[in-house]
Amino acid sequence: MLVLECPCCGITAEETEFHAGGEAHLKRFGPESSNEDFENYMFMRQNPKGVHLERWRHNNGCGKWFHAARCTMTLEVFGTYSAQTYEPPKEICDIISAKRPSWSWEAFS
Amino acid sequence: MKRYSAFAIAREATRYHSGWERAWRAPEPKAKYDAIIIGAGGHGLATAYYLGKNFGITNVAIIEKGWLGGGNTGRNTTIIRSNYLQDPSAALYEKSRSLYETMSQDLNYNVMFSPRGVIMLAQTHHEVRGYQRTAHANALQGVPTEWISPQRVKELCPIINLEGPRYPVLGGLWQARGGTARHDAVAWGYARACSDMGMDVIQQCEVTNIRREGGKVVGVDTTKGAIDCDKLGIVVAGHSGDLANMSGFRLPLESVALQALVSEPIKPAMDVVIMANTVHGYLSQSDKGEMVIGGGTDGYNNYTQRGSFHHVEETVRALNETFPMLSRLKMLRQWGGIVDVTGDRSPILSKTPVDGVFINCGWGTGGFKAIPGSGWAMAELMAKGHSPLTDEFGMERFIEGRFIDESVAAGVAH
Repeated sequence: MLVLECPCCGITAEETEFHAGGEAHLKRFGPESSNEDFENYMFMRQNPKGVHLERWRHNNGCGKWFHAARCTMTLEVFGTYSAQTYEPPKEICDIISAKRPSWSWEAFS
Repeated sequence: MKRYSAFAIAREATRYHSGWERAWRAPEPKAKYDAIIIGAGGHGLATAYYLGKNFGITNVAIIEKGWLGGGNTGRNTTIIRSNYLQDPSAALYEKSRSLYETMSQDLNYNVMFSPRGVIMLAQTHHEVRGYQRTAHANALQGVPTEWISPQRVKELCPIINLEGPRYPVLGGLWQARGGTARHDAVAWGYARACSDMGMDVIQQCEVTNIRREGGKVVGVDTTKGAIDCDKLGIVVAGHSGDLANMSGFRLPLESVALQALVSEPIKPAMDVVIMANTVHGYLSQSDKGEMVIGGGTDGYNNYTQRGSFHHVEETVRALNETFPMLSRLKMLRQWGGIVDVTGDRSPILSKTPVDGVFINCGWGTGGFKAIPGSGWAMAELMAKGHSPLTDEFGMERFIEGRFIDESVAAGVAH
């Protein structure tokens, strides 16, 4: 059972209050993009064993989207942060790096 | 290999069962094989078996990180059916189901295939229309299925409550030749047959790197040393993404945990398999008498082989409405498996950007039923470079937009 803190309304709750929305920081491609770019955006996923940055929605609360950093091997939640960003904020990266030294932020495509 | 038979049991009974052999050898890896299969689950072992049986390629190693059949092969709810909507799926799953019928004889290993029949319940009007459509599609595909009335559902499964308060039973899609099999025995039977053909099943051996030269695979590095090969089959379900990373390509997959649980054993109460996809629960009774219950997946990426408790609660609550007699049962065990889910909920059986590397993954929440068909098709793909059964399942379908969309159509529980 995950416990997440919604950075939008500040409420800490367990996962039944939230809805997972898949990998975060996907780069969106529009009508003029190549097939490869669109395939990457639509289907290709990092699916890592380890640190995963992902989207969540506070379904049974404020209803807003946010991002979370979580380990898929241990289910440890490193932290949550606003969705209004193209990459994870430095505080989150520092927390993850302290616990997973080999990890580094890397945009997917 | 000594064959198993009634005579063998009688023979061993006279000498304190001292003459049984090990079912498969436990060899050290050789320096080179014609083909290596990564993953000794059902799909990997079946691939190796049909490489040997259908194509005479027996210089094969099957490498397994843990123990054979210890992943999703030993964690599923053992349901076998082939009532899919799309033609490529129906062809593959029906091939698989038909191979299950003779598997015990083919392998000389009792896999306890029980064609007891599978009902997929329709509990909303959308499902009624969907399953009627599937029944028509199945008729065209040559897969015998039938749309049945609620009364017929009740005849087949007397413990069901048709007037569920939330989701009354409006009918069902009935596949009389579907059923269940003993999941461990499928892996063990294939492993024994592979070993008998001279293949090496190497357990406790993790692949750490996939070696390539000039865009072609030349071998793998493992915790038991380097092994060379000409062809490599990656058949590792939830961990496919990790091995694809080692090979330098990516996959359209996400890994999530799928849960199942079993109750305490009770006397025989139902002799069919029931799937209720609206409420995310499926139910059958094992030969030991346990009610085997499959649940839903967690919505988030997960490699821990355990799922969230509230999904168990949802599943059990829904099944209690449809099967009120279950309400007093104690649950004995609960577990999770890591399933790899693709964008269109159909598997990938494909060549890869690396020459000589083939991948079989993406079976998502329904891989057990496909084991023999998947192995049959994957073996043909690896031996000949293409197979009529896998042509539609290539990974290029995602870039071409040629999906085999089973996500809702065929009622794949997900």
